Amino acid sequence: MSATPTTQTRFEPAADEAAVRSALSSSSRPPLPSALSATLTFGWRGMLKVKHVPEQLLDVTITPVMFVLMFTYLFGGAIAGSTGEYLDYILPGILVMSVLFTTVYSGVALNTDLTKGVVDRFRSLPIWRPAPLVGSVVGDSVRYLVAGTVIVVLGVILGYRPGAGVLGVVAALALVIVFAFGLSWVFTTIGLLLRSPNAVMNAGFMGIFPLTFLSNVFVDPETLPSGLEAFVDVNPISILATASRGLMEGNVDAGDIAIVLGTAAVLTAIFAPLTTRLYRSRA
Amino acid sequence: MTTHSNLAVEAEGLVKAFGEIKAVDGVDLAVRGGSVYGVLGPNGAGKTTTIRMLATLLHPDAGSARVLGHDIVEEADAVRAAVSLTGQLASVDEDLTGQENLVLIARLLGLKRAEAKARATELLEAFGLADAAGRLVKNFSGGMRRRLDIAASIVVTPKLMFLDEPTTGLDPRSRNQVWDIIRALVDGGTTILLCTQYLDEADRLADGIAVIDRGKVIAEGTPAQLKASVGRGALHVRLLDPDQRPEAERVLAHELGSVHLEPDPASLSASCADADRAAEAMAELSRSSVRVAGFSLGQPSLDEVFLALTGHPAEEEPAQEATATKEEQPA
Repeated sequence: MSATPTTQTRFEPAADEAAVRSALSSSSRPPLPSALSATLTFGWRGMLKVKHVPEQLLDVTITPVMFVLMFTYLFGGAIAGSTGEYLDYILPGILVMSVLFTTVYSGVALNTDLTKGVVDRFRSLPIWRPAPLVGSVVGDSVRYLVAGTVIVVLGVILGYRPGAGVLGVVAALALVIVFAFGLSWVFTTIGLLLRSPNAVMNAGFMGIFPLTFLSNVFVDPETLPSGLEAFVDVNPISILATASRGLMEGNVDAGDIAIVLGTAAVLTAIFAPLTTRLYRSRA
Repeated sequence: MTTHSNLAVEAEGLVKAFGEIKAVDGVDLAVRGGSVYGVLGPNGAGKTTTIRMLATLLHPDAGSARVLGHDIVEEADAVRAAVSLTGQLASVDEDLTGQENLVLIARLLGLKRAEAKARATELLEAFGLADAAGRLVKNFSGGMRRRLDIAASIVVTPKLMFLDEPTTGLDPRSRNQVWDIIRALVDGGTTILLCTQYLDEADRLADGIAVIDRGKVIAEGTPAQLKASVGRGALHVRLLDPDQRPEAERVLAHELGSVHLEPDPASLSASCADADRAAEAMAELSRSSVRVAGFSLGQPSLDEVFLALTGHPAEEEPAQEATATKEEQPA
């Protein structure tokens, strides 16, 4: 310690060499955590970020709130005859939209992470290799839950009464979050392919925006030209919106649920390994 | 297992290219266990890329390496289980607090929740960060960030630690603190592979040094050998009157041998081994009526080492090096 005069410690606490030595000798190497435990730890990291930067939740809640208010009161009368009827139609749709928009941020967050040195540390740890990715997507599910809950609560305030009650709403939320989990892998892949967080954001919304509008989220596809209607009918987002409406109203088609879960599984099966491989090789 | 079990790192012919640029072009290293080994070179020389390959973050294009007896490609998991990395960009999460960062790493290394918390607290105190435990890392000073970074690397004491430019950008006091920590680590038995741009740093800490330039090891040895190969030091003289430089050059060349004219027209330097001869030379300058503004006897800088070893200064090709550095980072 001769190089560091002790008087200097008055200004800023310094490392205590003896304590460092003792900290070194007191450490032992425990057995490595399971894949699940490592994943959940990364999920916890994601939630801490929401806790420290709660503003990021505003992004994902204000837009859908504006959509609900604007569509219901501005277009509701014209589209569905009355604002009340349109709210019944659009609310499950906006729930889908708001959660799916949030998935883009999974890719943005991953891309932002890559510009920081901390990823190097994660990649140099002896843990299950996809854990940082799966964990952050699991952590993001909490954000999806918040975004979804905000929409449902707003709907209830505006007079929306789901026919299947609380259980129906919870089931619809769960279905949407499962689908979002699958979709978010697409955006984490994009997040690893593109150079900057902004590029990821732009590319993400360029994809998700038209896909959401070319679905039955906002309008009944029967009013569309036949070519467009055919597309809207097979758009997985339409099927997800229909299934959510069904769950909330208590008249869901089991086939729709199967298609939604199947799509989520296919997206995960393709894009989760792709993301993992890109994450590993990106230097 | 390895043929030389006392070697913590043995690399042979490591090559890594980014597009056209060969960042690492056939690097051999042999690092003895329990020692500090310095990899010395300017920006873009290939230090970071070498370390990233050894830490299993990059696949080498050619060549092979064993870290603690494990092949870095075939047995990457075993390597990762025994090493820790303190990267050039501080490898901590800026959006979390100091405490949360250490708990995160501790949990990922398998400590139970309560153990992880206790370990984080112990390390924060040892590294003088207890007061900042609840503060977000983005509000830390550079020195605090570095200390947290090193603390995160010893949550579980590694057998081998990679330190990539641990003091670049730090003020002298923070730098001294980091050096103290590194010495404590070595005393605890950890082998350290230290990348640095500063000969001074390598000299103070390292038992062996490899000088690397344009992806190749151009010299290797102990700090003493290395300094001896470049004259072990230089007498720097600054004159009051630049017009007297030819006279000063003549005197110093006579007294000390090789003289180097510096870009500043009033300055020159000469290789010089010891203080007595330097004093002698200064006295001779005075007798020759050369008026001196100031002088110093210093260790050779990295630049001088490079000049002596390669015949070109360290930062001769900024354009190419800037590109190589950029490629090395996860942009």
